[in-house]
Amino acid sequence: MNQETCLHCCTKIENLTVKFDDTVIVENFNLHINCKELIAVVGPNGTGKTTLLRAILEEIPYTGSVHYRVKGSLDEKPMIGYVPQKLHFDLDSPISVSDFVGISISKTPIFAGIGPRLKQQIQSTLLQFGVTHLMDKKIGEISGGEMQKILLSIAMRPIPNLLLLDEPDAGVDTYGLSLFYKIISDLRKQHDISIIMVTHDLEGISAYADKIITMGHRS
Amino acid sequence: MMFEWMNYSFMINALAAAIIAAPIFAILGTMVISNKMAFYTDVIGHSTLTGIAIGVLFGITDPAWFMALFLVFLAIGINYFKTKTKASADTVLGVFFAFVVALGIVILSRNGGFARYTSYLIGDVLTVSLEEIYILAGLLFLTIAYFFIASNSLYLISINRSLAMTRKVNVFWAETSFTILLGLVVAFSIKMVGILIINSLIILPAAAARVLAKDIKSYTFYSIGISVISSILGIISSFYIGIASGATIVLFASAIYALSVMSKKIFK
Repeated sequence: MNQETCLHCCTKIENLTVKFDDTVIVENFNLHINCKELIAVVGPNGTGKTTLLRAILEEIPYTGSVHYRVKGSLDEKPMIGYVPQKLHFDLDSPISVSDFVGISISKTPIFAGIGPRLKQQIQSTLLQFGVTHLMDKKIGEISGGEMQKILLSIAMRPIPNLLLLDEPDAGVDTYGLSLFYKIISDLRKQHDISIIMVTHDLEGISAYADKIITMGHRS
Repeated sequence: MMFEWMNYSFMINALAAAIIAAPIFAILGTMVISNKMAFYTDVIGHSTLTGIAIGVLFGITDPAWFMALFLVFLAIGINYFKTKTKASADTVLGVFFAFVVALGIVILSRNGGFARYTSYLIGDVLTVSLEEIYILAGLLFLTIAYFFIASNSLYLISINRSLAMTRKVNVFWAETSFTILLGLVVAFSIKMVGILIINSLIILPAAAARVLAKDIKSYTFYSIGISVISSILGIISSFYIGIASGATIVLFASAIYALSVMSKKIFK
Protein backbone atom coordinates (compact mmCIF):
# COMPACT_ATOMS: atom_id res chain seq x y z
CA MET A 1 0.00 0.00 0.00
CA ASN A 2 2.93 2.38 0.75
CA GLN A 3 4.17 2.11 -2.77
CA GLU A 4 1.07 3.61 -4.32
CA THR A 5 1.69 6.80 -6.23
CA CYS A 6 0.37 10.06 -4.97
CA LEU A 7 0.17 12.61 -7.71
CA HIS A 8 -2.26 15.36 -6.94
CA CYS A 9 -3.30 15.22 -3.35
CA CYS A 10 -3.16 12.55 -0.73
CA THR A 11 -2.36 11.66 2.86
CA LYS A 12 0.25 9.04 3.56
CA ILE A 13 0.65 7.52 7.01
CA GLU A 14 3.65 5.25 7.51
CA ASN A 15 4.49 3.06 10.50
CA LEU A 16 2.53 5.24 12.87
CA THR A 17 3.01 3.97 16.42
CA VAL A 18 1.64 5.49 19.63
CA LYS A 19 2.88 4.46 23.06
CA PHE A 20 1.86 5.65 26.51
CA ASP A 21 4.82 4.75 28.69
CA ASP A 22 5.25 1.06 27.86
CA THR A 23 1.75 0.41 26.59
CA VAL A 24 1.51 0.26 22.82
CA ILE A 25 -1.84 1.70 21.72
CA VAL A 26 -1.34 1.82 17.95
CA GLU A 27 1.42 -0.15 16.24
CA ASN A 28 2.81 0.30 12.72
CA PHE A 29 -0.29 1.75 11.16
CA ASN A 30 0.00 2.37 7.42
CA LEU A 31 -2.50 4.14 5.24
CA HIS A 32 -2.58 5.91 1.92
CA ILE A 33 -5.61 8.01 1.11
CA ASN A 34 -6.23 9.87 -2.09
CA CYS A 35 -8.52 12.82 -2.31
CA LYS A 36 -12.20 12.05 -2.68
CA GLU A 37 -11.62 8.80 -0.82
CA LEU A 38 -13.59 7.78 2.21
CA ILE A 39 -11.78 5.40 4.54
CA ALA A 40 -13.67 3.73 7.37
CA VAL A 41 -11.75 2.54 10.41
CA VAL A 42 -13.68 -0.09 12.35
CA GLY A 43 -12.91 -2.33 15.30
CA PRO A 44 -13.89 -2.98 18.90
CA ASN A 45 -13.46 -0.45 21.70
CA GLY A 46 -9.95 -0.05 23.07
CA THR A 47 -8.12 -0.82 19.84
CA GLY A 48 -6.74 2.69 19.43
CA LYS A 49 -9.11 4.16 16.84
CA THR A 50 -9.57 7.48 18.58
CA THR A 51 -5.86 7.52 19.50
CA LEU A 52 -5.03 7.19 15.80
CA LEU A 53 -7.09 10.30 15.03
CA ARG A 54 -5.50 12.21 17.90
CA ALA A 55 -2.05 11.34 16.55
CA ILE A 56 -3.00 12.56 13.08
CA LEU A 57 -4.24 15.77 14.73
CA GLU A 58 -0.76 16.12 16.34
CA GLU A 59 -2.42 16.14 19.73
CA ILE A 60 -0.34 13.27 21.09
CA PRO A 61 3.24 12.19 20.30
CA TYR A 62 3.83 9.34 17.88
CA THR A 63 6.61 7.71 15.90
CA GLY A 64 6.42 7.09 12.19
CA SER A 65 5.35 9.69 9.70
CA VAL A 66 2.31 11.46 8.35
CA HIS A 67 2.87 13.17 5.00
CA TYR A 68 0.46 15.23 2.99
CA ARG A 69 0.42 16.32 -0.56
CA VAL A 70 -1.90 19.24 -1.08
CA LYS A 71 -2.54 20.42 -4.62
CA GLY A 72 0.66 18.84 -5.86
CA SER A 73 3.15 20.19 -3.29
CA LEU A 74 4.50 17.75 -0.76
CA ASP A 75 4.29 18.16 3.00
CA GLU A 76 2.23 21.28 2.97
CA LYS A 77 0.25 21.42 6.18
CA PRO A 78 -3.27 20.53 5.23
CA MET A 79 -6.44 22.01 6.70
CA ILE A 80 -7.87 19.32 8.92
CA GLY A 81 -11.55 19.30 9.81
CA TYR A 82 -12.51 17.29 12.86
CA VAL A 83 -15.82 15.97 14.14
CA PRO A 84 -15.24 14.72 17.70
CA GLN A 85 -17.00 11.79 19.27
CA LYS A 86 -17.92 13.41 22.55
CA LEU A 87 -18.45 16.94 23.72
CA HIS A 88 -17.88 17.77 27.35
CA PHE A 89 -20.47 20.42 28.18
CA ASP A 90 -23.06 20.06 30.94
CA LEU A 91 -26.67 19.83 29.80
CA ASP A 92 -27.41 23.18 31.46
CA SER A 93 -24.53 24.82 29.64
CA PRO A 94 -25.44 28.43 28.76
CA ILE A 95 -23.95 28.14 25.28
CA SER A 96 -26.25 28.54 22.30
CA VAL A 97 -25.68 26.87 18.94
CA SER A 98 -24.80 30.32 17.55
CA ASP A 99 -22.24 30.78 20.33
CA PHE A 100 -20.72 27.39 19.62
CA VAL A 101 -20.34 28.05 15.91
CA GLY A 102 -19.14 31.59 16.61
CA ILE A 103 -16.34 30.59 19.01
CA SER A 104 -15.26 27.91 16.54
CA ILE A 105 -15.07 29.98 13.37
CA SER A 106 -14.27 33.47 14.64
CA LYS A 107 -11.96 35.37 16.99
CA THR A 108 -14.61 38.03 17.61
CA PRO A 109 -15.36 37.66 21.34
CA ILE A 110 -18.80 36.13 21.79
CA PHE A 111 -19.23 37.12 25.46
CA ALA A 112 -19.80 40.72 24.42
CA GLY A 113 -22.58 39.63 22.03
CA ILE A 114 -22.88 38.54 18.41
CA GLY A 115 -22.84 41.39 15.89
CA PRO A 116 -24.67 41.31 12.53
CA ARG A 117 -21.56 40.36 10.52
CA LEU A 118 -20.68 37.38 12.69
CA LYS A 119 -24.35 36.39 12.81
CA GLN A 120 -24.35 36.21 9.04
CA GLN A 121 -21.19 34.05 9.04
CA ILE A 122 -22.76 31.72 11.59
CA GLN A 123 -25.93 31.50 9.52
CA SER A 124 -24.06 30.65 6.34
CA THR A 125 -22.01 28.02 8.21
CA LEU A 126 -25.15 26.32 9.52
CA LEU A 127 -26.90 26.66 6.18
CA GLN A 128 -24.49 24.13 4.62
CA PHE A 129 -26.36 21.29 6.31
CA GLY A 130 -29.71 22.98 6.78
CA VAL A 131 -29.58 23.55 10.53
CA THR A 132 -29.99 27.32 10.76
CA HIS A 133 -33.27 26.81 12.66
CA LEU A 134 -31.23 25.57 15.65
CA MET A 135 -29.29 28.85 16.06
CA ASP A 136 -31.05 30.05 19.21
CA LYS A 137 -31.24 26.68 20.97
CA LYS A 138 -28.82 25.82 23.75
CA ILE A 139 -26.32 23.10 22.85
CA GLY A 140 -27.74 20.89 25.61
CA GLU A 141 -31.20 21.01 24.03
CA ILE A 142 -30.53 19.49 20.63
CA SER A 143 -30.40 15.86 19.50
CA GLY A 144 -27.32 13.79 18.65
CA GLY A 145 -28.09 13.92 14.94
CA GLU A 146 -28.54 17.69 15.00
CA MET A 147 -25.23 18.08 16.85
CA GLN A 148 -23.50 15.95 14.20
CA LYS A 149 -24.65 18.33 11.49
CA ILE A 150 -23.52 21.34 13.50
CA LEU A 151 -20.09 19.78 14.12
CA LEU A 152 -19.82 18.95 10.45
CA SER A 153 -20.80 22.52 9.51
CA ILE A 154 -17.95 23.80 11.69
CA ALA A 155 -15.46 21.23 10.33
CA MET A 156 -16.33 22.32 6.77
CA ARG A 157 -15.64 26.00 7.45
CA PRO A 158 -13.13 26.56 5.89
CA ILE A 159 -13.25 23.54 3.59
CA PRO A 160 -10.57 21.11 4.84
CA ASN A 161 -8.19 18.87 2.87
CA LEU A 162 -8.63 16.06 5.32
CA LEU A 163 -11.77 15.40 7.35
CA LEU A 164 -11.59 13.22 10.46
CA LEU A 165 -14.80 11.87 11.94
CA ASP A 166 -14.77 10.05 15.27
CA GLU A 167 -17.74 7.72 15.65
CA PRO A 168 -20.42 9.94 14.19
CA ASP A 169 -22.81 7.00 14.62
CA ALA A 170 -22.96 7.44 18.40
CA GLY A 171 -26.38 8.70 19.46
CA VAL A 172 -27.88 8.95 15.97
CA ASP A 173 -30.75 6.74 14.77
CA THR A 174 -30.38 4.49 11.73
CA TYR A 175 -32.34 6.72 9.38
CA GLY A 176 -30.41 9.81 10.45
CA LEU A 177 -27.19 7.89 10.04
CA SER A 178 -27.72 6.80 6.45
CA LEU A 179 -28.62 10.39 5.62
CA PHE A 180 -25.41 11.49 7.33
CA TYR A 181 -23.29 9.00 5.36
CA LYS A 182 -24.87 10.27 2.17
CA ILE A 183 -23.93 13.86 3.08
CA ILE A 184 -20.34 12.84 3.91
CA SER A 185 -20.06 10.79 0.76
CA ASP A 186 -21.25 13.68 -1.41
CA LEU A 187 -18.90 16.14 0.32
CA ARG A 188 -15.68 14.36 -0.64
CA LYS A 189 -16.70 14.33 -4.28
CA GLN A 190 -17.79 17.97 -4.33
CA HIS A 191 -14.81 19.37 -2.46
CA ASP A 192 -11.86 17.03 -3.12
CA ILE A 193 -11.68 16.00 0.51
CA SER A 194 -10.08 12.86 1.97
CA ILE A 195 -12.11 11.45 4.80
CA ILE A 196 -11.15 9.11 7.63
CA MET A 197 -14.14 7.95 9.62
CA VAL A 198 -13.91 5.89 12.80
CA THR A 199 -17.13 3.96 13.23
CA HIS A 200 -18.80 0.94 14.80
CA ASP A 201 -21.36 0.76 12.02
CA LEU A 202 -19.59 -1.54 9.58
CA GLU A 203 -22.80 -2.49 7.84
CA GLY A 204 -24.00 1.07 7.30
CA ILE A 205 -20.71 2.52 6.08
CA SER A 206 -19.75 -0.31 3.72
CA ALA A 207 -22.00 1.08 0.99
CA TYR A 208 -20.09 4.37 1.00
CA ALA A 209 -16.48 3.64 2.02
CA ASP A 210 -13.69 3.12 -0.52
CA LYS A 211 -11.62 1.16 1.96
CA ILE A 212 -12.44 -0.36 5.30
CA ILE A 213 -9.62 -0.84 7.79
CA THR A 214 -10.14 -3.08 10.78
CA MET A 215 -8.21 -2.40 13.95
CA GLY A 216 -7.98 -5.28 16.41
CA HIS A 217 -6.49 -6.05 19.80
CA ARG A 218 -2.85 -7.06 19.78
CA SER A 219 -2.49 -10.77 20.24
CA MET B 1 -30.87 56.56 59.13
CA MET B 2 -30.85 54.95 55.77
CA PHE B 3 -27.84 56.72 54.28
CA GLU B 4 -25.84 57.02 57.46
CA TRP B 5 -23.10 54.79 56.02
CA MET B 6 -22.33 57.43 53.41
CA ASN B 7 -20.80 59.63 56.11
CA TYR B 8 -17.91 57.25 56.54
CA SER B 9 -15.11 57.40 54.02
CA PHE B 10 -14.09 53.80 54.77
CA MET B 11 -17.60 52.73 53.73
CA ILE B 12 -17.38 54.67 50.47
CA ASN B 13 -14.00 53.03 49.80
CA ALA B 14 -15.34 49.60 50.69
CA LEU B 15 -18.30 50.02 48.39
CA ALA B 16 -16.12 51.30 45.55
CA ALA B 17 -13.77 48.33 45.97
CA ALA B 18 -16.67 45.89 46.05
CA ILE B 19 -18.31 47.40 42.95
CA ILE B 20 -15.02 47.13 41.04
CA ALA B 21 -14.16 43.64 42.31
CA ALA B 22 -17.66 42.19 41.75
CA PRO B 23 -17.53 42.18 37.92
CA ILE B 24 -13.99 40.72 38.00
CA PHE B 25 -15.16 37.78 40.10
CA ALA B 26 -18.32 37.44 38.02
CA ILE B 27 -16.50 37.33 34.67
CA LEU B 28 -13.81 34.93 35.91
CA GLY B 29 -16.52 32.78 37.50
CA THR B 30 -18.31 32.20 34.19
CA MET B 31 -15.16 30.58 32.83
CA VAL B 32 -14.24 28.80 36.06
CA ILE B 33 -17.60 26.98 36.01
CA SER B 34 -17.60 26.28 32.27
CA ASN B 35 -14.13 24.76 32.51
CA LYS B 36 -14.96 22.88 35.75
CA MET B 37 -12.28 24.71 37.72
CA ALA B 38 -14.14 25.30 41.01
CA PHE B 39 -11.71 23.10 42.94
CA TYR B 40 -8.75 24.71 41.18
CA THR B 41 -9.93 28.15 42.29
CA ASP B 42 -10.24 26.88 45.84
CA VAL B 43 -6.65 25.59 45.71
CA ILE B 44 -5.41 28.96 44.42
CA GLY B 45 -7.39 30.74 47.15
CA HIS B 46 -5.93 28.59 49.91
CA SER B 47 -2.44 28.83 48.45
CA THR B 48 -2.42 32.48 49.44
CA LEU B 49 -1.73 31.18 52.94
CA THR B 50 1.59 29.79 51.74
CA GLY B 51 2.23 32.97 49.75
CA ILE B 52 1.81 35.01 52.93
CA ALA B 53 3.95 32.55 54.89
CA ILE B 54 6.87 32.61 52.47
CA GLY B 55 6.59 36.38 52.34
CA VAL B 56 6.81 36.51 56.14
CA LEU B 57 9.92 34.31 56.06
CA PHE B 58 11.58 36.83 53.77
CA GLY B 59 10.41 39.68 55.97
CA ILE B 60 7.99 41.14 53.42
CA THR B 61 5.35 43.20 55.21
CA ASP B 62 2.91 43.78 52.35
CA PRO B 63 2.70 40.36 50.77
CA ALA B 64 0.27 41.07 47.87
CA TRP B 65 2.92 41.45 45.15
CA PHE B 66 4.93 38.56 46.46
CA MET B 67 1.78 36.45 46.69
CA ALA B 68 0.91 37.32 43.10
CA LEU B 69 4.31 36.08 41.97
CA PHE B 70 3.92 32.91 44.04
CA LEU B 71 0.45 32.17 42.64
CA VAL B 72 1.61 32.73 39.06
CA PHE B 73 4.40 30.18 39.54
CA LEU B 74 2.00 27.81 41.26
CA ALA B 75 -0.49 28.11 38.38
CA ILE B 76 2.17 27.33 35.79
CA GLY B 77 3.46 24.48 37.99
CA ILE B 78 0.06 22.84 38.40
CA ASN B 79 -0.71 23.12 34.68
CA TYR B 80 2.65 21.71 33.71
CA PHE B 81 2.34 18.87 36.20
CA LYS B 82 -1.16 18.04 34.92
CA THR B 83 0.19 17.49 31.40
CA LYS B 84 2.99 15.25 32.68
CA THR B 85 1.03 12.82 34.81
CA LYS B 86 -1.63 10.23 34.20
CA ALA B 87 -3.33 11.02 37.51
CA SER B 88 -6.67 12.84 37.25
CA ALA B 89 -6.72 16.63 37.60
CA ASP B 90 -8.72 16.15 40.79
CA THR B 91 -5.94 14.11 42.39
CA VAL B 92 -3.18 16.49 41.28
CA LEU B 93 -5.12 19.42 42.74
CA GLY B 94 -5.85 17.52 45.93
CA VAL B 95 -2.15 16.86 46.45
CA PHE B 96 -1.18 20.50 45.77
CA PHE B 97 -3.99 21.67 48.04
CA ALA B 98 -2.88 19.52 50.97
CA PHE B 99 0.76 20.48 50.55
CA VAL B 100 0.40 24.25 50.23
CA VAL B 101 -2.08 24.61 53.08
CA ALA B 102 0.04 22.50 55.42
CA LEU B 103 3.19 24.39 54.46
CA GLY B 104 1.46 27.73 55.03
CA ILE B 105 0.14 26.73 58.45
CA VAL B 106 3.48 25.26 59.55
CA ILE B 107 5.39 28.42 58.68
CA LEU B 108 2.82 30.85 60.07
CA SER B 109 2.33 28.93 63.31
CA ARG B 110 5.97 29.12 64.36
CA ASN B 111 6.15 30.32 67.96
CA GLY B 112 2.37 30.05 68.19
CA GLY B 113 1.83 33.13 66.06
CA PHE B 114 -0.95 31.97 63.74
CA ALA B 115 -3.62 34.15 65.37
CA ARG B 116 -2.00 37.22 63.80
CA TYR B 117 -2.99 36.00 60.36
CA THR B 118 -6.59 34.95 60.95
CA SER B 119 -7.76 38.23 59.37
CA TYR B 120 -6.74 36.69 56.05
CA LEU B 121 -9.28 33.92 56.56
CA ILE B 122 -12.40 36.07 56.46
CA GLY B 123 -10.93 39.25 55.00
CA ASP B 124 -11.82 42.87 55.71
CA VAL B 125 -13.10 45.11 52.96
CA LEU B 126 -13.47 48.07 55.33
CA THR B 127 -9.70 48.58 55.57
CA VAL B 128 -9.22 48.79 51.80
CA SER B 129 -6.89 51.62 50.75
CA LEU B 130 -7.13 53.93 47.77
CA GLU B 131 -4.07 52.27 46.24
CA GLU B 132 -5.75 48.88 46.48
CA ILE B 133 -8.82 50.27 44.74
CA TYR B 134 -6.62 51.47 41.87
CA ILE B 135 -5.04 48.03 41.60
CA LEU B 136 -8.51 46.45 41.46
CA ALA B 137 -9.52 48.88 38.72
CA GLY B 138 -6.42 47.83 36.78
CA LEU B 139 -7.34 44.18 37.25
CA LEU B 140 -10.89 44.83 36.02
CA PHE B 141 -9.48 46.40 32.87
CA LEU B 142 -7.04 43.51 32.46
CA THR B 143 -9.79 40.91 32.92
CA ILE B 144 -12.04 42.49 30.31
CA ALA B 145 -9.16 42.89 27.86
CA TYR B 146 -8.14 39.28 28.46
CA PHE B 147 -11.67 38.05 27.80
CA PHE B 148 -11.77 39.96 24.53
CA ILE B 149 -8.70 38.02 23.44
CA ALA B 150 -9.07 34.58 24.99
CA SER B 151 -12.68 33.84 25.97
CA ASN B 152 -13.66 32.21 22.65
CA SER B 153 -10.72 29.82 22.90
CA LEU B 154 -11.45 28.97 26.54
CA TYR B 155 -15.11 28.24 25.84
CA LEU B 156 -14.15 26.01 22.93
CA ILE B 157 -11.64 24.13 25.11
CA SER B 158 -14.44 23.60 27.65
CA ILE B 159 -16.51 21.87 24.95
CA ASN B 160 -13.78 19.74 23.36
CA ARG B 161 -10.00 20.12 23.59
CA SER B 162 -9.22 18.28 20.36
CA LEU B 163 -11.74 20.35 18.46
CA ALA B 164 -10.18 23.49 19.95
CA MET B 165 -6.76 22.38 18.74
CA THR B 166 -8.00 21.87 15.19
CA ARG B 167 -9.37 25.42 15.35
CA LYS B 168 -5.81 26.68 16.04
CA VAL B 169 -6.20 27.20 19.78
CA ASN B 170 -3.03 26.82 21.86
CA VAL B 171 -4.65 24.88 24.68
CA PHE B 172 -1.74 24.95 27.14
CA TRP B 173 -1.26 28.70 26.91
CA ALA B 174 -4.95 29.49 26.92
CA GLU B 175 -5.39 27.52 30.14
CA THR B 176 -2.17 28.74 31.73
CA SER B 177 -2.81 32.40 30.98
CA PHE B 178 -6.28 32.08 32.50
CA THR B 179 -4.89 30.54 35.69
CA ILE B 180 -2.28 33.31 35.87
CA LEU B 181 -5.03 35.93 35.67
CA LEU B 182 -6.97 34.04 38.32
CA GLY B 183 -3.86 34.00 40.53
CA LEU B 184 -3.33 37.77 40.14
CA VAL B 185 -6.94 38.54 41.01
CA VAL B 186 -6.87 36.27 44.05
CA ALA B 187 -3.55 37.71 45.28
CA PHE B 188 -4.76 41.31 45.15
CA SER B 189 -8.22 40.72 46.58
CA ILE B 190 -7.57 38.11 49.29
CA LYS B 191 -6.95 40.68 52.04
CA MET B 192 -10.32 42.18 51.23
CA VAL B 193 -12.47 39.08 50.87
CA GLY B 194 -10.62 36.34 52.73
CA ILE B 195 -9.39 32.83 51.98
CA LEU B 196 -12.60 31.13 53.10
CA ILE B 197 -14.83 33.38 51.02
CA ILE B 198 -13.08 34.07 47.73
CA ASN B 199 -14.08 30.87 45.99
CA SER B 200 -17.77 31.48 46.77
CA LEU B 201 -17.59 35.00 45.36
CA ILE B 202 -16.20 33.64 42.11
CA ILE B 203 -18.51 30.62 41.81
CA LEU B 204 -21.92 31.77 43.05
CA PRO B 205 -22.82 34.64 40.69
CA ALA B 206 -21.90 32.55 37.65
CA ALA B 207 -23.72 29.51 39.04
CA ALA B 208 -26.89 31.58 39.48
CA ALA B 209 -26.49 33.18 36.05
CA ARG B 210 -26.12 29.75 34.48
CA VAL B 211 -29.60 28.80 35.62
CA LEU B 212 -31.17 31.79 33.85
CA ALA B 213 -28.93 32.35 30.82
CA LYS B 214 -29.72 31.27 27.27
CA ASP B 215 -26.37 32.13 25.70
CA ILE B 216 -22.83 33.21 26.59
CA LYS B 217 -23.65 36.91 26.49
CA SER B 218 -26.58 36.67 28.91
CA TYR B 219 -24.54 34.29 31.10
CA THR B 220 -21.78 36.90 31.40
CA PHE B 221 -24.05 39.87 32.03
CA TYR B 222 -26.39 38.10 34.48
CA SER B 223 -23.32 36.98 36.40
CA ILE B 224 -22.00 40.55 36.58
CA GLY B 225 -25.42 41.87 37.63
CA ILE B 226 -25.87 39.28 40.37
CA SER B 227 -22.34 39.84 41.67
CA VAL B 228 -22.67 43.64 41.81
CA ILE B 229 -26.11 43.54 43.45
CA SER B 230 -25.08 41.06 46.15
CA SER B 231 -21.89 43.05 46.82
CA ILE B 232 -23.77 46.32 47.35
CA LEU B 233 -26.42 44.66 49.51
CA GLY B 234 -23.76 42.75 51.43
CA ILE B 235 -21.56 45.75 52.21
CA ILE B 236 -24.39 48.03 53.31
CA SER B 237 -26.21 45.46 55.42
CA SER B 238 -22.99 44.30 57.07
CA PHE B 239 -22.45 47.91 58.16
CA TYR B 240 -25.82 48.07 59.91
CA ILE B 241 -25.76 44.63 61.48
CA GLY B 242 -22.04 44.59 62.30
CA ILE B 243 -21.08 41.35 60.56
CA ALA B 244 -18.32 40.28 58.15
CA SER B 245 -18.98 41.82 54.71
CA GLY B 246 -17.50 39.04 52.56
CA ALA B 247 -19.67 36.36 54.09
CA THR B 248 -22.73 38.62 53.92
CA ILE B 249 -22.14 39.14 50.18
CA VAL B 250 -21.93 35.35 49.79
CA LEU B 251 -25.26 34.91 51.62
CA PHE B 252 -26.96 37.39 49.28
CA ALA B 253 -25.46 35.63 46.26
CA SER B 254 -26.64 32.28 47.64
CA ALA B 255 -30.14 33.68 48.06
CA ILE B 256 -30.13 34.89 44.45
CA TYR B 257 -28.96 31.45 43.35
CA ALA B 258 -31.83 29.80 45.25
CA LEU B 259 -34.31 32.29 43.76
CA SER B 260 -33.00 31.61 40.24
CA VAL B 261 -33.45 27.87 40.64
CA MET B 262 -36.96 28.30 42.06
CA SER B 263 -38.06 30.80 39.40
CA LYS B 264 -36.79 28.44 36.72
CA LYS B 265 -38.92 25.64 38.19
CA ILE B 266 -42.00 27.86 38.51
CA PHE B 267 -41.84 29.61 35.12
CA LYS B 268 -40.71 26.61 33.12
